[in-house]
Amino acid sequence: MTAWLARRLTSLVLTLLAASLIIFLMIEVLPGDPAAFMMGLNADPQSVAVLREQLGLDAPILARYFTWLGALSHGDFGLSYTYRVPVGDLIVQRLAVSLPLALYALVLSTAFAFPIAVFAAARANKAGDTIIMGITQIGIAIPNFWFAMVLVLIFSIGLQWFSAGGFPGWQGGVLPGLRALTLPALALALPQAAILARIMRAALIETLAEDYVRTARAKGLGKTQVIWRHALRNALIPVLTIIGMQLSFLLAGSIIIENVFFLPGLGRLVFQGIIQRDLVVVKSVVVVLVFAVVMINFLVDLTYVAIDPRLRHEKRGK
Amino acid sequence: MMPRLSASFVIGAALSAIILLAALVSLFWTPYDYAALDIAARLLPPTPSHWFGTDHLGRDVLSMVMAGARNSIAVAIVAVCIGMGLGVPLGLLAAAQRGWAEESLMRVNDLVFAFPALIMAILITAVFGPGAINAIIAIGIFNIPVFARLSRGAALSLWTRDYVLAARLSAKRPLQISLEHILPNITGLLIVQGTIQFSMGIIAEAGLSYVGLGAQPPNPSWGRMLFEAQTMASFAPWLALFPGFAILFSVLGLNLLGDGLRDLFDPKSRRGVA
Amino acid sequence: MVSRVSRVLVLLILPILLAACGQSAPREGVVLGMQLEPPGLDPTSGAAGAIDGVVYGNVFEGLTRIHQDGSVQPALARSWTISADGLEYVFHLQPDVRFHDGSLFDASDVKFSLERASAPQSTNAQKGLFVPIEAVEILDPLNVKVVLKYPAGDFLFNMGWGDAVMVDPLSAPHNGTIPVGTGPFRFVDWHKGYAITLQRHDAYWGAPAKSAQIQFVFITDPAAAYAAVLAGDVDGFSAYPAPENLPAFEVDPRFEVVIGATEGETILAINNARAPFGNLLVRRAIAHAINRQEIIDGAMFGRGIPIGSHFSPAHRAYEDLTGMYAYDPSRARVLLAQAGYPDGFTASLKLPPPSYARRGGEILAAQLAKVGITLRIENMEWAQWLDQVFTNKDYDLSIVSHTEPMDIGIYGRDDYYFQYKSAAFKTLMDRLALTNDAAEREAILRVAQRQIAEDSVNGFLFQFAKIGVWDKRLKGMWTDAPIQGENLSEVYFER
Repeated sequence: MTAWLARRLTSLVLTLLAASLIIFLMIEVLPGDPAAFMMGLNADPQSVAVLREQLGLDAPILARYFTWLGALSHGDFGLSYTYRVPVGDLIVQRLAVSLPLALYALVLSTAFAFPIAVFAAARANKAGDTIIMGITQIGIAIPNFWFAMVLVLIFSIGLQWFSAGGFPGWQGGVLPGLRALTLPALALALPQAAILARIMRAALIETLAEDYVRTARAKGLGKTQVIWRHALRNALIPVLTIIGMQLSFLLAGSIIIENVFFLPGLGRLVFQGIIQRDLVVVKSVVVVLVFAVVMINFLVDLTYVAIDPRLRHEKRGK
Repeated sequence: MMPRLSASFVIGAALSAIILLAALVSLFWTPYDYAALDIAARLLPPTPSHWFGTDHLGRDVLSMVMAGARNSIAVAIVAVCIGMGLGVPLGLLAAAQRGWAEESLMRVNDLVFAFPALIMAILITAVFGPGAINAIIAIGIFNIPVFARLSRGAALSLWTRDYVLAARLSAKRPLQISLEHILPNITGLLIVQGTIQFSMGIIAEAGLSYVGLGAQPPNPSWGRMLFEAQTMASFAPWLALFPGFAILFSVLGLNLLGDGLRDLFDPKSRRGVA
Repeated sequence: MVSRVSRVLVLLILPILLAACGQSAPREGVVLGMQLEPPGLDPTSGAAGAIDGVVYGNVFEGLTRIHQDGSVQPALARSWTISADGLEYVFHLQPDVRFHDGSLFDASDVKFSLERASAPQSTNAQKGLFVPIEAVEILDPLNVKVVLKYPAGDFLFNMGWGDAVMVDPLSAPHNGTIPVGTGPFRFVDWHKGYAITLQRHDAYWGAPAKSAQIQFVFITDPAAAYAAVLAGDVDGFSAYPAPENLPAFEVDPRFEVVIGATEGETILAINNARAPFGNLLVRRAIAHAINRQEIIDGAMFGRGIPIGSHFSPAHRAYEDLTGMYAYDPSRARVLLAQAGYPDGFTASLKLPPPSYARRGGEILAAQLAKVGITLRIENMEWAQWLDQVFTNKDYDLSIVSHTEPMDIGIYGRDDYYFQYKSAAFKTLMDRLALTNDAAEREAILRVAQRQIAEDSVNGFLFQFAKIGVWDKRLKGMWTDAPIQGENLSEVYFER
């Protein structure tokens, strides 16, 4: 177990190092001068040059990489070129939107997926199952930004139940915040729920075929009851994998949805960063996201071990 | 005897065929020139002369959707080819060599998987300039580890089979064994994964061109059509509906086709992932 | 099991929710939508129009101010005297003016602000405004003398730009993030990526602002802007980004649509130094191939005034030159043949993000295709556009709106991205700078307009309209936009 942990941690650090180098080099070849962008049309070339110097854009590449890495190691992401405030603060501010949004979407997605999967698995290959699975296929195929547009048309412009976007902040209370995140979370959750439901259903059907489940059935429990009591726990490993993947996806993948709903989240921060050539922001957010993904995978692996001790002796957690 | 074709296979194949046909026909013929502007005839609702209506510049939406199919399909197919072309050899190599080759491949795989794909694709297209080619590259790169992992996993289990062991005993080299015995046996798996990645490629391309980084005008793309339609969706809903349905149906068709193919190649799975 | 899982998930979210618990505040003041978020809030460093859009006239003030009709009015200088030779300006300052941080505004701040803006290490984007300044002398705390190197006819107007606002030495370095000015509103909070909040400054020296609070909400996406106005998330947009939605707002009794003038000349920028555009015949052919009305209809849904030169139709000295090279494709083909391109040629068209450029570009490409010129459209983000087109002049054609007021002088700049070099035009601009007489200035401006039109330096498309959309109960918004910023002290929401 200790050896396994050590291996995982080393590979975690190496992955992060490699990722930081890749992202740094990619950013370096990005065309577009942040100084020119900040000064705008009509700008005086001399002023642009002065600004470039102020931003430290003149130092050699390697020096800049190590400076950056050194600062990163004690949590200093640097100053945003455009906003002129610490990127760390920006990320924390944005996480206050993106993290709740991702979790909200995950809760919705799980809440939809569980009952659907149980319902379908209990009727495997019967009419109800086929119809439900057909619907989930449509759910997977809907591009979430299109679905978002439709939601806005219906619920904001038509019914005026929800505002069309924006985020009032949490200082106004939980409910207004959650309300503002409802449509975006729905748009994000639907395709995820469809995927999750399909995978859970498959996993459930597989466990239903196993002996102990048959025994439980023989004891006279109904199929749905058996699923709730016994099969779910064992179907949890593939489901957890997917939930982990979905959380990583939701953190970074809401970039387009955040644009549709003008939410000040992490995705829009990095998108704006790319557009405005705010390279410090782009580098930092990508590194943070990579870190999040690696950590989530690590945690999911740990959970596997907790759920199924047999895995402890395997070489890798997967 | 041919196994009975499943409903998902039939529906999927039909939907895919329609989209493919639309794309092919658009190479020779569209109802109107998809790039021809006619400001006077803009924002016409669907009528017999314009089945899908016209857009804000007076272009025929049906023609644009047809030509857009071509773009989506081309981007997604080439991206899948990149993923297969590089991923499968890497996966086979890792399975054949084991040791450091496998270890480093899996590490690199993990690394690529750890990057937020959509953000990286946006970054790549921002670095190299927007356009269909760069969209293909951006999507293709993230297909490589998918196929590498899949083919390595499948190949590993095949290496323990008797006929492969027999081949090894007859002093065939790993490369030869991979090509002669392993690859043919994982083709079905690859085709199934290929259709899935194909459909994901279509969604990814739509996302990229929605944020303006896909095919550039005048070449139509479904994602950009949706983006342009957004401000007009309330008074010209057909602009948003038809490209949206085009994406929906092609992805749905490909996914159903993938399921149907899986049933064909591996009838056992029918009980499981349907 | 399901409940257990959801319980776990609720536990995950709960701390965030609890931490966020607080009183729900009702909306106060005015909420305005803006398409672009400013990169910083210091108008004396960086030229993004969005900076002025937030702080000009609201947080910061200059010696003079530009009224919404375009005239120069007193601001921090309550009056001034100009010497007969036009070289010495004495500004008489408003007494008892304090910055938002409490420090007193006096002549030393004027000297500091002007010298800071014109210093070599200054990052002021409009250094040209300060070039005529020879020296700034403090006469006493309320009187300051500015000595010019040569008479500058537009000096008072220039001192009304956002780039020439008055700042305090103490707070100036931090103005980018925490702006401290003398205006009717003080800066409260900037929720990056979402909104900036200003609050009425109760100790303001002039008439107090009518609204207690102004919030700017940044909504980049035009579709989101539409939805935000309809859903009441914002009270309105001073510059609404999607003209296609105006018919819907016009028939809706809740909203008001106000079309005004801006200083935005929208042009097809031509790289005059690149073949074949160095050839006057080619540029004229392009001018003849452009159907302005079609572009205005298609890209702006009819909102915009055709222009024939780089000059605002709202200005007194405006001359209508749209007839000089009117739409005439066959004439264009003849000119192209004369220039040696009977079969046309291929060129690139690099487009920045706004929809006027993207849509206008597609229409323009179709129009030029009719005379044999094939355009390859390349859409780019602002950063790339500024880098490639504006700074490195690596482009053939582009479409952009030049929003600075009275900017015809850019045609006399050697290094400007049009790469237009005309000694005659420069002489005109030099003469203009030395002229104080209004009638004479107008005459020179007319000659200047005519010259760049005759030389077809660029394709002149249309004057950008200021499209205001707001709730009927919102009062005091500007109709026109003579400068990039807008004073909001008269704005209030009628409840």
